[in-house]
Parts: sequence; structure tokens; C-alpha cells
Amino acid sequence: MNELQELYREVILDHNRQPRNFGAIDDADRVIDGVNPLCGDRMTLYLKLDGKTVRDVRFRGSGCAISVASSSLMTERIKGASIDETMDLFAMVHDMLTSDADEPPDALEKLVALAGVREYPSRVKCASLAWHALRAALTGAEHEVSTE
Amino acid sequence: MSAAVTESTALAPIADIASLRGDFPALQQRVNGHPLAYLDSAASSQCPQAVIDAIVQQQSLDHANVHRGVHRLSERATLAYESARERVRDYINAASEREIVFTRGTTESINLVASSLGGRLLSSGDEVLITWMEHHSNIVPWQMLCEHVGARLVPVPISDAGELDLEDFDRLLTDRTRIVAFGHVSNALGTVNPARELIAKAHAAGAVVVVDGAQAMPHTRIDVRDLDCDFYAFSGHKMFGPTGIGVLYGKERLLDTMPPWQGGGEMILTVDFDKTTFNALPYRFEAGTPNITGAVGLGAAVDYLSRIDFAALAAHEAALLEHATERVAEIEGLRIIGTAAEKASVLSFVIDDIHAHDVGTIVDGAGVAVRTGHHCAMPVMDRFGVPATARASFALYNNEDDVDQLIVGLRQAVELFR
Repeated sequence: MNELQELYREVILDHNRQPRNFGAIDDADRVIDGVNPLCGDRMTLYLKLDGKTVRDVRFRGSGCAISVASSSLMTERIKGASIDETMDLFAMVHDMLTSDADEPPDALEKLVALAGVREYPSRVKCASLAWHALRAALTGAEHEVSTE
Repeated sequence: MSAAVTESTALAPIADIASLRGDFPALQQRVNGHPLAYLDSAASSQCPQAVIDAIVQQQSLDHANVHRGVHRLSERATLAYESARERVRDYINAASEREIVFTRGTTESINLVASSLGGRLLSSGDEVLITWMEHHSNIVPWQMLCEHVGARLVPVPISDAGELDLEDFDRLLTDRTRIVAFGHVSNALGTVNPARELIAKAHAAGAVVVVDGAQAMPHTRIDVRDLDCDFYAFSGHKMFGPTGIGVLYGKERLLDTMPPWQGGGEMILTVDFDKTTFNALPYRFEAGTPNITGAVGLGAAVDYLSRIDFAALAAHEAALLEHATERVAEIEGLRIIGTAAEKASVLSFVIDDIHAHDVGTIVDGAGVAVRTGHHCAMPVMDRFGVPATARASFALYNNEDDVDQLIVGLRQAVELFR
């Protein structure tokens, strides 16, 4: 059960049970759909921007505990952050999920709860869905992103 | 090789199904510290040693191209390839080996029919009748064809139990229906469709019938002449053979009218720049160098299945399904998706507040392999209002210990998410 407990840390289970910032933003500046073709999970990300700052962010959708918790943790963390900080976070989370680096950087704070996903290659997409949606929303390139 | 086949088929059928587990080396391993409980045979079944040996033999000593060389290895490869075809023909009781086309699998088999026959059979306003429980491989090729010719794809609804409504089938089968395509056994729900009845109805309406038999092959002995289907598609890797090989059975009189769907070597008799004459059946549909080793492996799988007493197998699988159905009822918040009266040994389920992917990861920690997700049957998921299910599927080598191990894993999932 050790690796499993590493994957399903209490923070993850908590954010899955009670996702933060769950719902839509009616007057969002950016709305983007993310889809994980592996499992058919879908999420929609809503962003309200204020110049170079993420003023508000919410998400909707259904998914596994990893994808819901990742979305929830992400929204909690980036609300009020600058777009530049947010893009840096994307890069750090991406590295943490996909590389063999020993220790995730301290700057990730609570997001290190997602580190256990690395041991489960088939679940990396679950954790990264929200983040890919976020990047696409901020770069404004697409209407829908896929983890494929 | 053919001498060995005669000998093995002459033996009494094996009724002691439990004794077969030892034939599968993959099942002897431990996963995550536990004995492997492999409950994902509906996605891909394991290979018995006899299939692995046949593959090794082919690759080690007889690897050469078929129907081309005059040298000994090419002759041996050709013999092995054609002998596999003959054994498949015999196994499904097709009238002729000209009716056995080797493909990459069920998906390619269905695409072959859709692309070669579909355009000739369908015109604008015609209909292709499928069911709500189809795998994407028996939806998308028809959808593409319908879009191309301006025809309509009509799905027959299913009940809350996951059964086809025969009255709806009768109602939707009209004089505009040219093709009826359905799965013999549903991969997502386990439902066994009344194939013979559906085929007879479709024929009475003048339609051509394509059966996706991928999920039926590991559970039943198929007789294509008894079924009277026009086409029957299946995959090697769901019937204890390797991946990348499958079969399209087609009635010769239909295959004869069909143009090739891929061009290349093997499928021709003569080529010049003005005109190509096409090869005879079944080679006309086997462009390029085929999966020779795959066919040999499939032939060995057919030999293996030929020795089994299918009545005993049905009883074994029914007992396992019953045991599993009873035991999962102990899990709080678990709901079975697919409760047809006629059901193959497939158990699809959801658990309240735990996503199927989390269930899959947690039971894997207990050494249990199940499939999770939409099972390439998104309309089925929509019908039951779930994003995904977990699916335990049972094959001839599974036993009650595998089921009990699944229950241990499921309890851990519930515990963790409580």
C-alpha cells in the first residue's frame, strides 16, 4: 500500500472530496475544455484575467481523484498569481510529473502532493489535464486541449 | 505440423477447465507483491505456452516470406500460414478457406467490409442498423461510410439491463436497411445478443449482416454456417493468440463481388501500367506481406481451443460470474452496469464517489488487473450516465481466488476513499 498512499495523499483525497473553486465563471475572459481521451474525462476551465494577473479561476467537470485534486489544487494556487508565475508553475509541475528529478522544488508548496503520480505513468495524464488546459487558456491558442 | 494437429484433435475434449491455468506462463508471476489476478481478458487474453512455442518456432526457424520464394524456408512459412488458415476455417466451420481473410484484427476486418462492400451496397437515403452497445470499431467505420454516401446510421436502443429491445430492432429494420452490424457479445456489458435470430430477421429484410465476434470467440464455439451470418470478424489476441492478427470470415459469394480495398503485392495476379488483374480469394484482400507469425500463433490458439469441452467452459465461466456477482454485492456503493439475462463472464461496475481509474490503480496494487474507462463504447457510458466503469472479465484460466483477490482490492479502495 505504500506507493498507493504516496499517490493518494490526504491532500489529494481531501481536494477530491471537496474540490475548491468548483463551478463556472459567467463572465470569464477565457473558457477552455480539456479532454483526456484515455478515460473520456472532461473538464472546463474558466479564467478571469486582470491585466497580467489571474483574478479568478474556476473549473467544472468529472474525473478521477487525481484529476479533480490536481484541478482543485491548481486553481487554489494560481488565483491572484501573475501570468508569468503561472507559466513557471506549469513548467515545474510538468517536470515533477514527468522527470526523474529527486526532489520537487519548494516553490511548488502544496502542489508537491502530486509527486506520487510519477510512479504511475498511465495516471500522469490525469494530473496534467488541468495544467495543459491552463496553459492553452493563457496562450490563447486553442478551444480544446487534449492530453494525447 | 499437420500430423500434430490431427493427433491433438483426436484426443478427448478437456472438461477439467481448472487444469488449464498452468498452461499460461503469464499467470505464474507476482505483481506488486501479490499473485497476478488477471481479470482483463476482454481487452487481451493471455497466451498458453503452446501458442508461445508456435510463435518461437516460426520466428526461430521458419521466418521467410510467403507465396513468393521457392526456397525451403519460404515453403515452410507458406505451409504454416496456409495451415493456420485451414485450421481457422475448420474451427469456425466455414465452407472454404477462400472465406478466411487474415487481417490485423476485428477493427480492420470491419473496416474492410465497410470500405469494400459498403460503397457498392449503400446509396443516399439507405440505412445501416447497429446497436447502442457497439464497440467504437463497429460504429465509426459505418459512420464514416454513411457520411461518405449520404446514408443514415441507426442505433437500436438498449434496456436498463443492457439488452437489445427486439421490438425496437424490428421497428428500425426497414426496407431502407442495407447492412445490419452488431456485436455478438458486448465488451462493455457482457450482453450476449441473440445472433441467430437477429441474422434471420436481417436477412428476411434483405440486409447483409456483419457480426463483431471479438468477444464471443473466447467463450463459445462459433459455427458461421449455423449462424448464417454474411461476415464474422474476430481478433487473435482475445482468443489466447497474439495481437496484430485477426480474421474476416465472409461468405464466398459476397467476397467474390467485392473489390480489393488495399493495393499492393500478394493481392495481384499481373500488373502492367495499363491494368492490374487481381488475385483470387482470399489473397485479393491480403495486400502486402501478412502477419505470418501472428497467423501461426492464431492457428496454435485455435488448436488449443479445439481441445476444450465448451460446455464445461461455459459452466466454469458461469460459476465464476455468479461468484463474482455475489461477492461484489458486499462492496458498499457498488453498482453493476449490464445485467442481461444472457451474459458472458464480464462484470462492469461503478462505485459511488470513486472514479473507475482510481479503482483500477488501487486494485492493481493488490495484484489485480482490471480494465477501467469507457471501453471504447462511449454511447454505452452515456446510456448508463457514467463517465467510465471498471470491468473485470473472466476467461478459462481464472478461478475463485482471482475474484476474492479483486474483492480485497475493492475493499482497499473503499477504505481509502471513505
